[in-house]
Amino acid sequence: MSIEFIYPEFEVIRNENKCISCRACERQCANDVHSYDEKYNIMRCDESKCVNCQRCVSFCPTKALKIVKSDCTLRENANWSTQTIKEIYRQANSGGVLLSSMGNPTPLPVYWDKILINASQVTNPSIDPLREPMETRVFLGKKPSKVRRTKDGKLDCTLPPQLELSMPVMFSAMSYGSISYNAHKSLALAATELGILYNTGEGGLHEDFYCYGEHTVVQVASGRFGVHADYLEAGAAIEIKIGQGAKPGIGGHLPGAKIAGDISRTRMIPEGSDAISPAPHHDIYSIEDLRQLVFSLKEATEYKKPVIVKVAAVHNIAAIASGIARSGADIIAIDGFRGGTGAAPTRIRDHVGIPIELALAAVDQRLRDEGIRNHVSLVVGGSIRSAADVVKAIALGADACCVATAALLALGCHLCRTCQSGKCNWGIATQRPELVKRLHPEAGSKRLIHLMTAWKHEIKEFMGGMGINSIEALRGNRLMLRGIGLTEKELEILGISHAGE
Amino acid sequence: MQIIDAANLDYRAVNEALREAETDYIIKGCCGQRFLAAGMSGKNLIIHGIPGNALGAYLNNATITVNANAQDAVGDTMNEGKILIHGNIGDAAGYAMRGGKIYVQGNAGYRAGIHMKAYKEKIPVMIIGGCAGSFLGEYQAGGVIIVLGLHKDGRRIVGNFPCTGMHGGKMFLRDSCEEIHFPGQVTAKPAAAEELEEIREYLSEYCLDFGYSVDELLSGPFTVVTPDSKNPYQQMYAAN
Amino acid sequence: MKIEGQIRIPSGCAISAAISRDGKKMSGELIAGSMKPMHDRSNGLGGGFAGYGIYPEYKEFYAFHMFFDSRDTRKQCEAFLKERFEIVQSEIIPTRKIPEITDEPIIWRYFAAPLKSVFTSLQLEEKEFVAKTVMKINAEMPGAYVFSSGRNMGAFKAVGFPEDVGVFYKLEEYEGYSWTAHGRYPTNTPGWWGGAHPFTLLDYSVVHNGEISSYDANRRFIEMFGYQCTLQTDTEVIAYIMDYLLRIQGLTLGEAASVIAAPFWSTIAAKTDLEDQKKHTYLRTMFPSLLITGPFSIVLGFEGGLMALNDRLKLRSMVVGEKDDKVFIASEEAAIRTMEPNAENIWSPAGGEPVIVQVKEGAFS
Repeated sequence: MSIEFIYPEFEVIRNENKCISCRACERQCANDVHSYDEKYNIMRCDESKCVNCQRCVSFCPTKALKIVKSDCTLRENANWSTQTIKEIYRQANSGGVLLSSMGNPTPLPVYWDKILINASQVTNPSIDPLREPMETRVFLGKKPSKVRRTKDGKLDCTLPPQLELSMPVMFSAMSYGSISYNAHKSLALAATELGILYNTGEGGLHEDFYCYGEHTVVQVASGRFGVHADYLEAGAAIEIKIGQGAKPGIGGHLPGAKIAGDISRTRMIPEGSDAISPAPHHDIYSIEDLRQLVFSLKEATEYKKPVIVKVAAVHNIAAIASGIARSGADIIAIDGFRGGTGAAPTRIRDHVGIPIELALAAVDQRLRDEGIRNHVSLVVGGSIRSAADVVKAIALGADACCVATAALLALGCHLCRTCQSGKCNWGIATQRPELVKRLHPEAGSKRLIHLMTAWKHEIKEFMGGMGINSIEALRGNRLMLRGIGLTEKELEILGISHAGE
Repeated sequence: MQIIDAANLDYRAVNEALREAETDYIIKGCCGQRFLAAGMSGKNLIIHGIPGNALGAYLNNATITVNANAQDAVGDTMNEGKILIHGNIGDAAGYAMRGGKIYVQGNAGYRAGIHMKAYKEKIPVMIIGGCAGSFLGEYQAGGVIIVLGLHKDGRRIVGNFPCTGMHGGKMFLRDSCEEIHFPGQVTAKPAAAEELEEIREYLSEYCLDFGYSVDELLSGPFTVVTPDSKNPYQQMYAAN
Repeated sequence: MKIEGQIRIPSGCAISAAISRDGKKMSGELIAGSMKPMHDRSNGLGGGFAGYGIYPEYKEFYAFHMFFDSRDTRKQCEAFLKERFEIVQSEIIPTRKIPEITDEPIIWRYFAAPLKSVFTSLQLEEKEFVAKTVMKINAEMPGAYVFSSGRNMGAFKAVGFPEDVGVFYKLEEYEGYSWTAHGRYPTNTPGWWGGAHPFTLLDYSVVHNGEISSYDANRRFIEMFGYQCTLQTDTEVIAYIMDYLLRIQGLTLGEAASVIAAPFWSTIAAKTDLEDQKKHTYLRTMFPSLLITGPFSIVLGFEGGLMALNDRLKLRSMVVGEKDDKVFIASEEAAIRTMEPNAENIWSPAGGEPVIVQVKEGAFS
């Protein structure tokens, strides 16, 4: 051991009375934590490699394993937390930029948890969602500001392209490359079955998945990987990715080691070459350039596809969203600072951007103040964790929500936050064939369908309780929300009253 | 050859007419209409006047000839085809192009060939007759960028910061490049004869298009720039 | 205590309406009487009426019915109006002192025509200008409130039981071809006159029963278009929605009904008339934020007609009856029988199915 040693974060506790040395844990762990000692016929472990993904725990046939936080501590210090100190050691050891995965785990306020939902009592009836119709269908897209009529006085029923969702939830962008083929397939199958959409992310669309195009959002990011005419035609909508909540203002970088085989083919770049997504789109240096990219995509697809512009929630988000709404976008997707990622610099992830709740409230109100709210639909993501979060988001003004972390959890993710290693034991954030096959697409999609179906039921229960039987009557219905333990300023931004008011 | 008078048409109308066209088209009186031929294939198009930004974006095997200067973002994310410019070209030409050719008689603005890629049989080629602006070939990941410096008038063949983040492809500059500063992760050296042979075919085509002599072009000193690694940022991170 | 507008007060109610298809005049006493059998649907905290065709001698002029809290406020508001309108008549609205109605504000009416030079310089169409003036007074002039602003029509409302409000306003002295009435059951007691129904804008008046659950979704949408929901009541937002759909968007009454009480998607999908299916799909997609959910029965009054509409689940009662040229609509059949004991064809319209009654063409000439 040396000055470079950092004590492992977790301890693997093996109940020797239960362990039968079947070596299941060894087979399950791609991090090589477990090994078999033939001489003594016992299992050993190297805890320094453990990421606490719970794979071995879940697959131990005798329930002999548990992973606990190590109690080997540094001296307590309210200013210098153990995490902060260890990060310093890591940087002093390597000279590297700290790299993390998944969403911001720091204890900043979660506004969803400080908002409460209304229910009807006496003055207005609640509705029983099990027996009465309860509509969760939404259409995303630009709504014209004026009704037009044909020469004979009939309504001209043509509308700009609209995306139909059976419920106000879709799967957020995750690229093939950052997640596995089987994870993508699970999402595509589930989205199709559920009547919602999944999103290719910036890694192109695998040829096998063109058949799910009606339920696919194809993304165009600064790296333009896999972007070509057929790709643009394949999806139900095109998303221009300007930024993401986990790393606003930062580009992406998929290491060359992960660019192999299908990934290379789907991204249309050579094997082994780094896939670098520059921080900006180099044809967008100003808001009018965004209009140029939006309309170049519309021209290329003959105005048949709605164009989504995805941005991270940052300080000036209301003005930015207004600019986007005036740039021809049909839908604005806003990603809050808790949004997940396959890899992001830790400091950026934990310190840049703002909570989606505040961003959504500010944007929705700003677009209404400017009278352009119905020129665009608003989709929000960045840690939507439950049906309650969805209902709160819709009532604050969102048309729909995006979920990614919740979807990955359904696929088996245990939020160990080491996606960047590429050794995901659950077969999600990995390209190793032996790990990828652990996630069975049919089984995965079934779990996603379960999750979304359960959420849909819960959304309906909430709606019924409020006496609302159509999701559009919930959208922007902020009277249905009350804050708890929030300051005047926070309530003002959220546009809601305090509980008891 | 059909002729379309674009003088009073917006880009949507011009593109609609183009989509319906059988093959060849001449656009007259073009003045700033954007996105011409975006995503189109199987067309042959000649433009008189100044086409607007994003000419031939996502181009999918069409030929475009411009008899004047072109503006910004020509051939953005182009996949296949050829764009010929009898004049100068604006900023960010050939951004993320994966295939096809952009041949320019005059100069290029900033960030030409930025994030140009290559994939299997697709090797995009950009030839700039005059000089290129700064950030030429930024993030270049594949393909070939050639700058000929034909009418330099004492200017440098390329501006500042060429090849930043370059991690694939090749760049040929018809100059000894003594004054040019290249970043650390690329190697710039005089081009060997066999390396020049690699680009003879492209230059011959270019000479046919614009009326130059290929041997004369190849006689000048060439600097070739290649990246040292396909993975320039591998050592930058520490897992946390 | 906060008054309506500062807070939102849900309420339940009784409604009633009558119209003559021939444009024949009916006394206001008739409609006031119809509220008596529905006494228990109100709680004495608001009642009101709207009559159409009641001001034939001023039919070219906008009749502004206003509440003022003081003489000074009235003078100030009058000065403001004079900059924008030619006022041809300015008078107190006649009332009778009765013990059931107390604490009345100053109740005034003006008959006025907008100054063309003013609204053309603002690049506004005449009605838009009048509507904007009303919004401005109601939102920005404390103590002044316009509660009626149409031509040849007027609303009369107060805190009290509706039958007493009728007596208070001497409704027997007015004759109209169409009337609506409302008795209110608010769940709080601010006792403010502006909060009573009908709620009106220009020629549109709305009486409404029920508390809608989509209120804030509707309000926040409609406020994008210059409307200001100063009262925070359902009726107010419904009136603005109808004005927006009918006057601004040019929808027909039936189309507007299909927006606010849109059929369920499953109902639309089951339609065999494909043209109709397309129309409903379009209207729901175009105006999702104007769908009204929760219980409501409304009667919309407008120049030359009435439209009655129930929410799509039909959570409120509403009955329609006819006799000769007359059509009656009320929360309860008893109200109709009070107006016309021999009413025929009594029926309850289905949820979301508008009942539109219009005065025959040429009836007024």
